[in-house]
Amino acid sequence: MTETNLPEPAASGGIATPAPAVDPDAAYVGGEAVAQRRGMFAARGSGDTSGYGLLQRVVSLPGASARPYGGTFDETADALAAAYPAYGEAVEAVVVEHDELTFHVRREHLLEFVQALRDDPTLRFEMCMGVSGVHFPEQTGRELHAVYHFLSITHNRRVRVEVSVPDTDRHLPSIVSVYPTCDWHERETWDFFGLVFDGHPALTRIMMPDDWPGHPQRKDYPLGGIPVEYKGAEIPPPDQRRAYT
Amino acid sequence: MPTTDNITFEGSGGSDGAGGAGDAAAAGRRETTEGTVFTVTGQDWDSVVSGVADEHAERVVVNMGPQHPSTHGVLRLILELDGETVTEARVGIGYLHTGIEKNLEFRNWTQAVTFVTRMDYLAPLFNETAYCLAVEKLLGITEQIPERANVIRVMMMELNRMSSHLVALATGGMELGALTAMIFGFRERETVLDLFELVTGLRMNHAYVRPGGVAQDLPSGAVEKIGESVKLLRTNFKDTANLLVDNGIWKARTEGVGYLDLVGCASLGVTGPILRATGLPHDLRKSQPYCGYENYDFNVVTRDTCDAYGRFLIRLEELSESLKIVEQCLERLEPGPVMVEDRKIAWPAQLALGSDGLGNSLDHIRHIMGESMEALIHHFKLVTEGFAVPAGQAYSAVESPRGELGVHVVSDGGTRPYRVHFRDPSFTNLQATAAMCEGSMIADVVAAVASIDPVMGGVDR
Repeated sequence: MTETNLPEPAASGGIATPAPAVDPDAAYVGGEAVAQRRGMFAARGSGDTSGYGLLQRVVSLPGASARPYGGTFDETADALAAAYPAYGEAVEAVVVEHDELTFHVRREHLLEFVQALRDDPTLRFEMCMGVSGVHFPEQTGRELHAVYHFLSITHNRRVRVEVSVPDTDRHLPSIVSVYPTCDWHERETWDFFGLVFDGHPALTRIMMPDDWPGHPQRKDYPLGGIPVEYKGAEIPPPDQRRAYT
Repeated sequence: MPTTDNITFEGSGGSDGAGGAGDAAAAGRRETTEGTVFTVTGQDWDSVVSGVADEHAERVVVNMGPQHPSTHGVLRLILELDGETVTEARVGIGYLHTGIEKNLEFRNWTQAVTFVTRMDYLAPLFNETAYCLAVEKLLGITEQIPERANVIRVMMMELNRMSSHLVALATGGMELGALTAMIFGFRERETVLDLFELVTGLRMNHAYVRPGGVAQDLPSGAVEKIGESVKLLRTNFKDTANLLVDNGIWKARTEGVGYLDLVGCASLGVTGPILRATGLPHDLRKSQPYCGYENYDFNVVTRDTCDAYGRFLIRLEELSESLKIVEQCLERLEPGPVMVEDRKIAWPAQLALGSDGLGNSLDHIRHIMGESMEALIHHFKLVTEGFAVPAGQAYSAVESPRGELGVHVVSDGGTRPYRVHFRDPSFTNLQATAAMCEGSMIADVVAAVASIDPVMGGVDR
C-alpha cells in the first residue's frame, strides 16, 4: 500500500470531474467552500440546455458565529474558556447551526481540549459519541476533517468538536487515553479516511481486510460497480449515472 | 450450517499423528509456526482435549466465529484461555461490511433510506428515523413534520423496539440453551412483523420513514389490528417473564455475568440497556425528546446489578413500556397528512390500492398526465433529481433498542448526501466485550455477548 490512495480514480467516473480552481481567499468568506456548481441543474456528463450553462456558484458551509451563540452555548463556551487556558489559541472558530454547537479546534490542542471537556465539573462531557471523518478535496490545506460528538449526561448537552488537517500531513492526536471508546472509532476513521491518530494503541484496519489498499470513504476513491444489464439495455453503475449534484 | 472453531496451541510443536482429516470423530490438525491448530467441526472434542493434554500447552487460543451460532451473526471472538478461564478476549469485526455509508453518497437523499434500513436489520425503523431526523434538521423542516407522521413514527419505533428486544431475548435464550425462550420470542416477534407487513408492506427493510414524514399512511383496519396485537402481546409477554425471571438455571447463567459498571460504561461510550443496568436512567426519549416523545407517559427502566440478568430484566420490562406507548399512539392518531406540505420535498404521491394490489395512485397519474403540466414537472424533478439540502452538518440521535443511534450528516448543498456516518450503538457497545469477559469462564462469554445484543449489520454497516 502506498501513501496515495489506490486504486486510481476512474478516468471517466462521475466523481472525478475537475472543477475550476477556486480563489482560496474568496473560498473562506462566510465558511469553508465545499463545492462548485455549474449551470442551472448542476448536471454533469451532459450539456446544459437551460441557457444558464455559464452560471457558477461556490457552495460554502455555514461560517463562524459571533457571540451571543444562544441557548446554553455561551455558558459552554465560557466554561471551556475558563477550564482550558489556551482556549483562544486552540479554537479556530465557533459555529452554531441547526441548534448545534461546533468548536473548530487546532489539532495540537485537541487532547488537552477534550480532557477539559471531560473533566471540568461545569462541562462534564462524560460520553464521546465517536469520531467521524469527512473528506473535502476542495478545501486546500484542510482536506480531512475529524468530527467528534460529545454528550454530557450530567448537564444534558451536546457539543461537536471538529479538527481539520491537510491531506499531505494527516496526523492528529488520538484521544483514546481520555475517551477509551474512541479506540474502534479512530480505527474506523483511519481505515476509511487514512487519518493517522498518533498515540492510538493499535491503529489497524477494522472494517476492511488488513491488506486492503487505500481508504474507501475518501472522495478520490471510486465507488466501483458494474453496469446493470436488463433485457438488452445497459444501465451504468451508480457512480457513473447522471448526477445533479 | 457447519461450525468451525480453530484452536491454536502455543508452545511445543508436538508430533502430527493422532487424528487425520479422514477420521470423522477426530478434529483436523495441522502444525503451524504458531503451534498446533485444530479445526473442530462437532463431536470431535475428545481429540482436542487429548491433544491439549499431550502437548502440555500453556496457552490456548480459541477462535470463536465468525461463523458460530452463539456469536449473534458474524462476530469473531479471539479468546485466550487458561483452562476454562478467559485471560484475554479480543473481538474481530468487519465481516459484514457492505459500504452502505459510501453508497449513500451516490444516491439522492430519499433513496438513502432504502440503504440505512439495512444497517441494524433488527431495528430498521430506528435507522430510518434517525437519518430522516438529521436530514430534516438540515432542511429546517423539523417543526413542519405533521403530527400524524410523528405519531406513526413513534408507534412504529416502539413496535420495532419490541421486535428487537424479543430477538435479543430469543437468541440470548437460545445461546444459553433455553430453547423455549427462543420459541416464545420469535413467536411474539412474528406478531409485530405482521404489523410491519401490514403497514409498510415488508417485514424488514421497510424504507418506510422518509425525509418529511412517512412513505404511506396507515392502511384501513391497521389501527384495529394493532390494538388487537397489543392485547395479544401483553398476554404473551407474561409467558417469557414466567419462564425466565425466576428460573434458577437462567439466573445462574446470567447473574453476575458480564459485569460492567457506570464508570466502565461511560468511558467505553456504552449506552442503552447496558447503561441503564448500572442504575443510571439515561434515555434519549426522556432527556432529549424527538418525534414528540415528551407527550407520552412511560418509565425509564433501570436496574443496578450491572450484569446480564439486569439487562435481561430491563429488556423485558421495556417491552411493556413500549406497549404502553403504542397504546397512547393509537389514541393520539388524528386524521391528517403524513408528509410535509412543501411539495418541493414531499414525495409526489401516496400509493393506492387497486384491483391488482398496492401500486401507483391512478388519481395522481390522471393529475400529472392529464391535468397539470406543472405537477408532472415537479414529479419528474423530484423523482429523478431529488431535492437539494442546504450545505451544513447535523447530528441527530435516537434511543434505539441498543442505545444511542447517532447520525452525522454532511451536505454540500446538493441532491445527494455528502457524507453520512452512523454511530451505531452495537459498534460501540461491542468494545465492552473484553471488559465484561476477561477473567470469567468461557461459557460466560456467550452470556455476556448475548447481553450486549450486538447486531453485526449495524456494527459493520
